[in-house]
Amino acid sequence: MDELSQMIHDYVIKEYLEEGSDQEIGETTPLITGGIVDSFSMVSLKRFLEKKCSIRIPDEDATPAAFDTIQSIAGLVRRFQAQQVGV
Amino acid sequence: MAYSDIARNHFEAELGGIKAAGLFKQERYIHSPQFSEIEVEFPQGTTVRKCINVCANNYLGLSSHPDVIAAAHAGLDSRGYGMSSVRFICGTQDIHRELENRLTDFLGTEDTLLFPSCMDANAGFFEACLTDQDVMIADRLVHASIVDGMRLCKAMQDTYKHSDLNHLESKLQEHQDKRFRMVITDGVFSMDGDLAHLAEIAWLAEKYNAMVFVDDSHATGFIGRTGRGTHEHCGVFGKIDVITTTLGKALGGASGGCVSGRKELVEMCRQRARPYLFSNAVAPVIVAGALKVLELISSTTERRDKLEWNAKYWRGLLKASGFDLKEGESPIVPVMLYDAKLAQDFAADLFYEGVYAVGFFFPVVPQGQARIRTQLSAAHEQRQLDFAAEAFRKVGEKHEVLGLRKKELLARAGG
Repeated sequence: MDELSQMIHDYVIKEYLEEGSDQEIGETTPLITGGIVDSFSMVSLKRFLEKKCSIRIPDEDATPAAFDTIQSIAGLVRRFQAQQVGV
Repeated sequence: MAYSDIARNHFEAELGGIKAAGLFKQERYIHSPQFSEIEVEFPQGTTVRKCINVCANNYLGLSSHPDVIAAAHAGLDSRGYGMSSVRFICGTQDIHRELENRLTDFLGTEDTLLFPSCMDANAGFFEACLTDQDVMIADRLVHASIVDGMRLCKAMQDTYKHSDLNHLESKLQEHQDKRFRMVITDGVFSMDGDLAHLAEIAWLAEKYNAMVFVDDSHATGFIGRTGRGTHEHCGVFGKIDVITTTLGKALGGASGGCVSGRKELVEMCRQRARPYLFSNAVAPVIVAGALKVLELISSTTERRDKLEWNAKYWRGLLKASGFDLKEGESPIVPVMLYDAKLAQDFAADLFYEGVYAVGFFFPVVPQGQARIRTQLSAAHEQRQLDFAAEAFRKVGEKHEVLGLRKKELLARAGG
């Protein structure tokens, strides 16, 4: 995993899994459709990303689909980081 | 025409998808008052059957109590059928105020405001009291009505792992920059039947300068030595800032709910809570019935004591048969089956054995956590529990679930 994906992975483990859980989280593990993160508790992940990556994710882009995998989340973050530097 | 064939076809396909996924809910028609034994028509048009009911919120058996019914009749005669008004216009009778005062005494708070339901109380409270300067920190398994109420509020939202006090503490530390922090929990969690660790939550709230909100709908009337609720049970009576609860479960089972707590917060609801401002006043008949319920349960703990005994007895019977139960001490006893179709088939078979229970599956509970949520009542007699437990055992044998746990049950269902 690249650095961004690893950062997201580590946060998901700490924030959403019970201590000692043997659940494996890969880059394409479904987080929301897999019941690991629900839409109610997704807000803290969104806030973490905004703070850590210095971006703002509009509510309409913070969809369950966009947040379903580490891969899709990392893609979303890169999109908003790129927008900020005008790429 | 607005409702075109395209729209109709779309929604038919959606409903077909729900059926195909095994998630379609069907109503059953009850031809008797709510009690430990009821008469049920299912499927529609078939002969009505008598069943032992193990899935009502009729915890104290008061939903059809003759004294409550008599009091409701008296309320109809003295105060009429409906108010035809929201509370603040011309919808407040003396008996509304009397019930609010009685609930304040019963719950050990400073003031109480009635709402048409606890769903409305939860929908209205947060928006009325908190702003974008504040943060709401909720247990991840709070009731759906709290989730909806939080979404209506502009305060920041955060959550903590279910009953994980370390995680809650980390959130309270994280949000010290906010004006107000509010910790939000159910008192008894409606799907699992476990109790919140309110003493520890209150301690953390004191340490980190936070308010505490508890929805005690599945506790008021029977949890705690005198049935005041989870706060009494946990030794923090008088220390919870906001309690919401319902009149639609143990307290008569009709409808109505309330916000009870610090008098300024209750008054904010009276001034600003949208369900209070824009929804009809609780009907006089309901108020009269609820006043009688409070009188009955304040004078003796007999009913809550019997409920406690029934819950322990029932749990013991199901465990002896080998069912996978969620551990707990409340009268909510979930029989875990994990697979939605299994839960539905199990409930259907129970019906034909003379037991009324319903399968709970997504979206009511998370995917892969389907169950039969059984609930005890003080109205249950031991012979009824014996009968129902034997029916469970028989159906459990038929479906080969006895002695199996989650991994095995899901593997059998292909999950």
